[in-house]
Amino acid sequence: MVYNLCLVLFCIGLYAVLRKRNVIKMIIGIIICEYSANLFFIMMGYRLNGRAPIMAPGSTIENMVDPLPQSVVLTTIVIGLATTILLVALAIRLYEKHGTFDITKIKELKG
Amino acid sequence: MTVSKLLPLFVAMPLTGGFLIALLGRRLKSLPEALGMLVPGGLFALALVVGRAVLAHGPLFHFMGGWKPPLGIPMVCDGLTAFMLITVYGVASWIALYSVSYARMYTSTWLYYTLFLFVLAGMSGVVMTGDLFDMFVYMEITSLSACTLVAFGTERREMEAAFKYGVINTLGGLFIIFGIAFLYGSCSTLNMADMAKVLAERGAANKAVLLATVFLVVGFGMKAAIVPFHAWLPDAHPSAPAPISAMLSGLIIKCLGIYALFRLLFCVLGMTPVLSSVMLFLGALSMGTGAFLAIGQQDFKRLLAYSSLSQIGYIVFGIGLGTPLGIVGGLFHLFNHSVGKSLLFLTSGAVDYATGTRDLEQLGGLSKRMPVTSRAGMAGAMSIAGIPPFGGFWSKLLIIFAAVQAGHFAYAAWAVLAGVLTLGYLTKALKQVFQGPLPDRWRAVEEVPAPMQIAMIALALVCLGGGLLFLPGIRGLFIGPASKVLLNGTAYAKIFGGTLG
Repeated sequence: MVYNLCLVLFCIGLYAVLRKRNVIKMIIGIIICEYSANLFFIMMGYRLNGRAPIMAPGSTIENMVDPLPQSVVLTTIVIGLATTILLVALAIRLYEKHGTFDITKIKELKG
Repeated sequence: MTVSKLLPLFVAMPLTGGFLIALLGRRLKSLPEALGMLVPGGLFALALVVGRAVLAHGPLFHFMGGWKPPLGIPMVCDGLTAFMLITVYGVASWIALYSVSYARMYTSTWLYYTLFLFVLAGMSGVVMTGDLFDMFVYMEITSLSACTLVAFGTERREMEAAFKYGVINTLGGLFIIFGIAFLYGSCSTLNMADMAKVLAERGAANKAVLLATVFLVVGFGMKAAIVPFHAWLPDAHPSAPAPISAMLSGLIIKCLGIYALFRLLFCVLGMTPVLSSVMLFLGALSMGTGAFLAIGQQDFKRLLAYSSLSQIGYIVFGIGLGTPLGIVGGLFHLFNHSVGKSLLFLTSGAVDYATGTRDLEQLGGLSKRMPVTSRAGMAGAMSIAGIPPFGGFWSKLLIIFAAVQAGHFAYAAWAVLAGVLTLGYLTKALKQVFQGPLPDRWRAVEEVPAPMQIAMIALALVCLGGGLLFLPGIRGLFIGPASKVLLNGTAYAKIFGGTLG
């Protein structure tokens, strides 16, 4: 059920990318997609009432949360940051060159 | 094995070079160019050494930080990886030489070389890693650097193309992340060999794996620009600086798209008849669409970009057949297309450099003023179009034979038709650029500088020699081991031998 909600979130982001005309709104759509992917990955490793997998001498770990998705998602967040910076920088330059954020008016390349 | 200690250099050297250039490039004017040429050239020699070692001793590994699989991130170099590394660095070192003259058109060339080396680091990471998530990270390094390079001209069109490329590639990456998440959820491992083992032990594919396959095919399809996901390619390729167009078309879409897709489909998930028929359909669709759209183009580089779509279709089609002949044909075409299309993009860059335009209508008769460029372009076009002594002819012939052998007569006929169209549009383009009367405005055009000429001549010779790679004695050295990796399929699970618990 919760997993389906992630996919719904992904579809919302995808909708924003495909249907919105404003460049900035498209970038926000991509960010939403990224969050849904990250959330999905985190939940893959989550256990109900789980605890952090920190091993102390003499303790036994039961019902721990899988730490690998968390480290993976940390990396994806950083990559997402770089992508967002690049896209926003491109959007600023697009505005400088074309004088608009409307993607339907920026169409010199076709054929 | 001492050679296996060299494997991390393929990622480390370009990264170090890139950072050095970023730090010192503004002060030391000659450093960016020197490093930009030395690193790919040196790594090409290294790739040959590694390739020989793989041929003699089988796959090489390096375990990052000493963690044995399935823990830790292994670097694996088997026949297919060696094939890709040699292709990538063989072409990239000539592109680097070409860049020395070409990049002087731009300001801040040090940035250009930094990004160029990052692209190389990402690509060698993608082909060498044995970890699924690691592959994604390298893929994003390449995509981001390539996207910045597409925007390098910072003009109206470059910005528009780079934005499209950035958005579609990021979405493709997100699809891949979802695919990885599904696979991780169902196998509890990210190591590709371990994943193959878990999936093979489980037998029939469950729904999560099926869904993951769909996500991965869409994601890698976006990176490889297979037809329904190709919208970015015809914009991005013409807008990038010519050497980067050559990298994008010849190497990046192949490493990020084709290699990653087929490594996962064959070696991890296992090829099934359904997947094979999907690949055949996508390949045939790309082949036809690219060829038909290329005919009507008036921009030299845009025409070549559509041609790339069509040739990518051939590669997907050939490897997607899954038969030994098909795989050999597909990989052989991958090599020929890498060299030939890079050469054609370099030629178009030379024409652009000399005349300042890429419009086919305005060009003409340049063979009198630019003999080297014109002959090099002819060699590249003949290889891509499939004229007998050149490599491209043999690889296309193999793919068509393989399709007939597998009983796909309609697809084979379609491939022949697309081949004829390829010949048509390339002849048209070259005729309009190099043949016919020389317009008055191009009377004073000069041949391009020597480094660009040398790079084009070298690639043209490789095009011509490409056909030799299929001779029985040589075939086993280069393409044979690569195709064997794909043919063995999920036997990839046993690649680490006893070390895998």
